[in-house]
Amino acid sequence: MDEALLRSLTPHVLGILVRRGADFAAAEDAVQDALVDAVRVWPADPPRDPKGWLVTAAWRRFLDATRADTARRRREDLVEDEPAPGPAAAADDTLRLYFLCAHPSLTPSSAVALTLRAVGGLTTRQIARAYLVPEATMAQRISRAKRTVSGVRFDRPGDVATVLRVLYLVFNEGYSGDVDLAAEAIRLTRQLAAAIDHPEVAGLLALMLLHHARRAARTAPDGSLVPLAAQDRGRWDTDAIAEGVAILQAALARDRLGEFQAQAAIAALHADAPRAEETDWVQIVEWYDELVRLTGSPVVRLNRAVAVGEADGPRAGLAALAALDDSLPRHTAVAAYLHERDGDLPRAALLYARAAGQATDTAERDHLTRQAARLNSLRGQGGTPPHSSR
Amino acid sequence: MAKYLLLKHYRGAPAAVNDVPMTQWTPQEISDHVQYMNDFAARLEKTGEFVDGQALAPEGTFVRYDGEGRPPVTDGPFAETKDLIAGWMVIDVDSYERAVELAGELSAAPGAGGRPIHEWLELRPFLTAPPTITE
Repeated sequence: MDEALLRSLTPHVLGILVRRGADFAAAEDAVQDALVDAVRVWPADPPRDPKGWLVTAAWRRFLDATRADTARRRREDLVEDEPAPGPAAAADDTLRLYFLCAHPSLTPSSAVALTLRAVGGLTTRQIARAYLVPEATMAQRISRAKRTVSGVRFDRPGDVATVLRVLYLVFNEGYSGDVDLAAEAIRLTRQLAAAIDHPEVAGLLALMLLHHARRAARTAPDGSLVPLAAQDRGRWDTDAIAEGVAILQAALARDRLGEFQAQAAIAALHADAPRAEETDWVQIVEWYDELVRLTGSPVVRLNRAVAVGEADGPRAGLAALAALDDSLPRHTAVAAYLHERDGDLPRAALLYARAAGQATDTAERDHLTRQAARLNSLRGQGGTPPHSSR
Repeated sequence: MAKYLLLKHYRGAPAAVNDVPMTQWTPQEISDHVQYMNDFAARLEKTGEFVDGQALAPEGTFVRYDGEGRPPVTDGPFAETKDLIAGWMVIDVDSYERAVELAGELSAAPGAGGRPIHEWLELRPFLTAPPTITE
């Protein structure tokens, strides 16, 4: 049984059912039933046309489920209104599914769950494990999401930016759980990029590939975080970097810049440096200027301050930082780093300790605690008490 | 997509607005209070925001390692402990704002006189795995 094949067929089959006029929630249930049938039947009797088999099985399931139903008339009306099943491109059905699963009426977590289930073909259990919530919670989230988009017309594409936001959320969830969400996000974005010609889709795919390429070097064997400058660049995946850079260059050449392309450009400049000291920080600052222009995001301005600190020295970085609200997440950590580079170790140690207390993820907290401890032990018994984070 | 722990305190939190000890409520008021909390949890299950929740016994025991080959030292419960947790609930929500909204709702559980108790609930975010994109 080829699970990858089944998963890649899921969105096509679902898309076809919905195009034929099936209600989204009912279609999704029917596809899940058909997948169960496939797992049971295929090992002994493999179909010649797996997709055709699944469409037929799912459509039968859908008809069975709705036949005796009072919804029958409504369904027949719907089928009447919808275009007849025709030779529409398979990519088109899948594409519409992406938009439906990222519909603005859904909350971000619902959109993520529905996308992983309906487009990604993951089971509810797999998604629940990946997000560390009970299966029942995830099942409720998915069925609610299905009901929410059930009334949505399936006739025109939505906003690409919404779809990209959802895929970015999946990618950025990290690597916990037995389903590799980063790899899953790359797979789904790759599939989307094949179905739609859009520079920002390419930008997001490039961004994901470039970050994923550094994955093996990002953590030490003990699970602790390795900052970019200290990473063993020999462990970066050069194939993924080359692919990401090529995709990015093709996207940039189209002269329709967006935030994902700009972020990917920054990631590409990091990936391009054979040693940390050879990073082209001046160009990175220029890309951050573009990102500030595109997003106006305070988080981008904060990251820009780090880049300025590398390009023009810690004083310039601190000056850029001074213009920003100090309640921004990671503001204290950035200040600690810049003060250390500027030689003010007591202040840096104090700020690292404070930043550790504010960290929202464990690896970052531990990393910042170690930074504070490192500076404190350098300075011997001077001044800062060990528990200065509170 | 962020988990929070909602902590309900026996003691240690600032006083509730409608601050009457539960033992002085009517039995019906207690039932209503419990019902409110059950309904709250059931509603979060439906929205896919409920992760887990439990009530806790009011007293606990402190335990400490006492060296190789020796049983752990136990002490307490300490009646004078200023902070006691009555129960907890873990929620998984889209934003901090949503977490605050839910905590506010839970704080409105009915108490004495059938009026909301306005108790303080402690809201603590879980530390997470690092996001993929940080730099």
